[in-house]
Amino acid sequence: MISFNGLVVICLAYVAMLFAVAFTADRFARKGHSRWLRSPIVYTLSLSIYATAWTFYGAVGSAARSGLEYITIYLGPSLVMFGWWWLLRKLVRIGRSQRITSVADLISSRFGKSNLLAVLVTILSVIAATPYIALQLQSVTVSFEVFANGGGTDTGEVVGRNTAFWVAIGLAIFTVIFGTRNLDANERHHGVVMAIAVEAVVKLTALLAVGIFVVWGLAGGVSQTLEVIEASELGQWQVHGGRWAGLIFISGAAFLCLPRMFQVLVVEAADEDHLRTASWAFPAYLMAMSIFVVPIAAVGLAVLPSDANPDLFVLTLPLSQGAEGVAVLSFLGGFSSATSMVIVAAIALSTMVSNHIVMPIWLRLAGGRATISGDVRNVVLTARRVSIVSIVLLGYMYYAVSGGGSALAAIGLISFVGVVQVLPSMIGGIFWRGATRTGAVAGLVIGSVIWLYTFFLPSIGIEVFSERTLAEGPWGLGWLRPQALFGIAGLDPFLHALLWSLALNALAFFGGSVLSFPTPVERLQGAQFVNIFQHSGGPRSWSSGVAQTEDLLIMAQRILGPGEAIALFRREAERQGVRGDLPEPRPDFLETLERELAGSVGAATAHAMVGQIVGGTSVSVQDLIAVADESAQLMEYSARLEAQSAELSSTARQLREANDKLTRLSVQKDAFLSQISHELRTPMSSIRAFSEILRDSGGLSAEEQSKFASIIHDETIRLTRLLDDILDLSVMENGRVSLNMREGRLCDVLDRAVAAGSVGESDEVSLEVRRDRSTEDIVLYTDLDRLSQVFINIISNARKYCEAAKPRLTIRVREQNRALAIDFIDNGQGIPRDSRDVIFEKFARISDQRAGGAGLGLAICRQVMERLGGTITYLPGQGGAGFRVLLPRKAALAAE
Amino acid sequence: MSEPRETHSGPPVYFLERQTYRRRRLEDAARLLPVIGAFAWLVPLLWPRQGPEAPGMGNALIYIFGVWIVLALIGAILSQRLGRREPPEPVRSAEE
Repeated sequence: MISFNGLVVICLAYVAMLFAVAFTADRFARKGHSRWLRSPIVYTLSLSIYATAWTFYGAVGSAARSGLEYITIYLGPSLVMFGWWWLLRKLVRIGRSQRITSVADLISSRFGKSNLLAVLVTILSVIAATPYIALQLQSVTVSFEVFANGGGTDTGEVVGRNTAFWVAIGLAIFTVIFGTRNLDANERHHGVVMAIAVEAVVKLTALLAVGIFVVWGLAGGVSQTLEVIEASELGQWQVHGGRWAGLIFISGAAFLCLPRMFQVLVVEAADEDHLRTASWAFPAYLMAMSIFVVPIAAVGLAVLPSDANPDLFVLTLPLSQGAEGVAVLSFLGGFSSATSMVIVAAIALSTMVSNHIVMPIWLRLAGGRATISGDVRNVVLTARRVSIVSIVLLGYMYYAVSGGGSALAAIGLISFVGVVQVLPSMIGGIFWRGATRTGAVAGLVIGSVIWLYTFFLPSIGIEVFSERTLAEGPWGLGWLRPQALFGIAGLDPFLHALLWSLALNALAFFGGSVLSFPTPVERLQGAQFVNIFQHSGGPRSWSSGVAQTEDLLIMAQRILGPGEAIALFRREAERQGVRGDLPEPRPDFLETLERELAGSVGAATAHAMVGQIVGGTSVSVQDLIAVADESAQLMEYSARLEAQSAELSSTARQLREANDKLTRLSVQKDAFLSQISHELRTPMSSIRAFSEILRDSGGLSAEEQSKFASIIHDETIRLTRLLDDILDLSVMENGRVSLNMREGRLCDVLDRAVAAGSVGESDEVSLEVRRDRSTEDIVLYTDLDRLSQVFINIISNARKYCEAAKPRLTIRVREQNRALAIDFIDNGQGIPRDSRDVIFEKFARISDQRAGGAGLGLAICRQVMERLGGTITYLPGQGGAGFRVLLPRKAALAAE
Repeated sequence: MSEPRETHSGPPVYFLERQTYRRRRLEDAARLLPVIGAFAWLVPLLWPRQGPEAPGMGNALIYIFGVWIVLALIGAILSQRLGRREPPEPVRSAEE
């Protein structure tokens, strides 16, 4: 039998080995050989601090008492790891990009860097963790006692008490040395992580060794072991359904929310990619940890006396069979489980306490000068060291006061339900942008209060609640009974507390969020957290550049240490392209600096410290409004520019069009001029020729003279008519014509026009005009002279160009829906299709034969009709040439 | 998980390259794994508690650990494949 002193020596040797491992790892890291320190395997193993002494010893005890229920504690975390793509990946990314230092920091940072929330989470975590630490100390003590009693020392109790004390001291020293080496909590604690990884291997080896010893050494093989299991009282499958599901859930949730788990899972994560390996390797580790639990329990129940404590089967079973080596290994496994948990929990909690409670208080006490004049670095380090020692000693005191015993055994679950109160804020915070600080505070407070009232306080003893209170509720209020809220009795206390605390917590979180309005910083942070995979930029928070860079450097030196601070500033200056070591206090630099500082002192504190130097101007609503205004102005300006450019281009287009038109007009004018000069030259040249004949040729007969003179006369008349027409057209085209509006009857106008159009008609070919006088009795109000001019023109055209043997012109008057249509249709050949669109142009003549006019008649008609508000168009398909004159109805009806 | 997904610039993408498509389905599988696991581990609640039908502890152990091993194997394969090509930063719409 190994002596108690021997065990102490082994234990000290083991601790020395851990120190050596941690020290070596730190040295390696400092030399830059940290590649193998950051392997995925080390990360996976470091997660094993989930398996504490509670699970190492307690799992077998739990299995012996209540069957397979123990396994749920491993199933939950396994599911969380399998679901890494959902949650852990996001959590780790957020943790790394926002330089999160703890659960409290995560929650605080997400909800607008609120220190209140950080303090709440910190207090909750400390309350929940203290009994848990006490539990670890107890387990180490008890395992010592096993050896002490077995070795014949009868002062077990005293030894135990002292053991717990010395273990606590030892752990505190180890944690202070390796846990506060570098101030930046966001940097990896290589030594600690390495030591934990080694402890994980020891734990697993120990449990596997015991398991193999039991299965193949005691039971004699797998099938025999299964027989033993079936034969024992464990043989029946008996599981409380609610507890089964509830325990899987709570263990998975606690896996995320426990400060120590968050520390190794997120804060110490060297590389996001390690999660990939851990996602399956850690569940495998947990499986290996739990695979021999039932066999050990069953064989223990069969072999050991019935009064043996099943919690210690792992230790007592090999000891009773004389397998001392296995027993010592098992002892070391339990010792490892306890110590690694305490170390990491102390680091995580001390970070929270110093960053969120000590630092803000110290900052406030020291006032505005503090960040510049005080040695912040020392303050933070001291605060963290004192916190570590206090937390470990708090655990010891809890152990000492509660006196150990069975009261502690249930503490694991109680602690879990406590820390899980953070879950709604955490999950809601990273997946729901609508989550607000108010909601988070409400949920946390309500959840914690219910947890304390229904689970924590009733568990620690009768002193807090009297029997009567438990049975009848406080002040006789039955619905407030701590273990039967709202009158729902009979639930398992664990399920009762879990359901009510989490349900009301989530409800308050949701309700508070929905009803409140977040501050700008909250909204910025919310967007950053929820959409972490879209933008990996930091939070925009510093808008003004009044900070004195030197002051910032002095402050940063005090927190980060001089070397690191100067390196950071130089790097930033280089990035900005500024000469020297001092970068401009631009917002992005301030942001980087704040994030660096946040790694040491937490987001809220870093924000406050930079804020003090930058003149207290953190992001305010005014700043945001200013930014928004600025961008609105920019948008307006650019919109104006856009409008201007659109205007410019439209003007240019108009100019181009005008230019084109001018060019076309110029061409038209040239054509018109050449046409008109041609038209004028013909009669002029004949006048000149005949007048020269009259002047120069003496012997002309009187008859000849008269003939030539009449030709000259005719040509001048033609010339005059041409000039009249041109004048008329140009007057009308320029719109300077004045209309002589009066009343008159359409039939009178037509009578006059037919009469005038027939002037000079030769007798042999007379134009027959067919009219229907009954339709023509319409009173017009228009320029009657101009209108009859149009009619005359059309009629004389018909007379001139109609080639039928018996030319006939039909005049039809018809009222169309909004106008009066007067059609003139002759029985000639009509106008060829391709000439129809030119007949209304100036000087357009279809044929040279019988060319009596200059081709201006229809052009004038069109102008006249436009002036009168009507139209004249060619009417195709009438068997001859057809023209339609449309008069607006108002011209026709105005006089009625 | 729904397609099409919004990208930072340009219209939603309706059709993806075969490789990208495969990777998205792998991600879907990785998301589903814990759901399947939770279901499988809640199945024991359906087992009869008493009587001759009730499975013994041995069978229960074999079932639960069997599920564990299968999940870990699938998880290992999935995570190995997911890491083969570093994702071109999966861009998602905000509601994801």
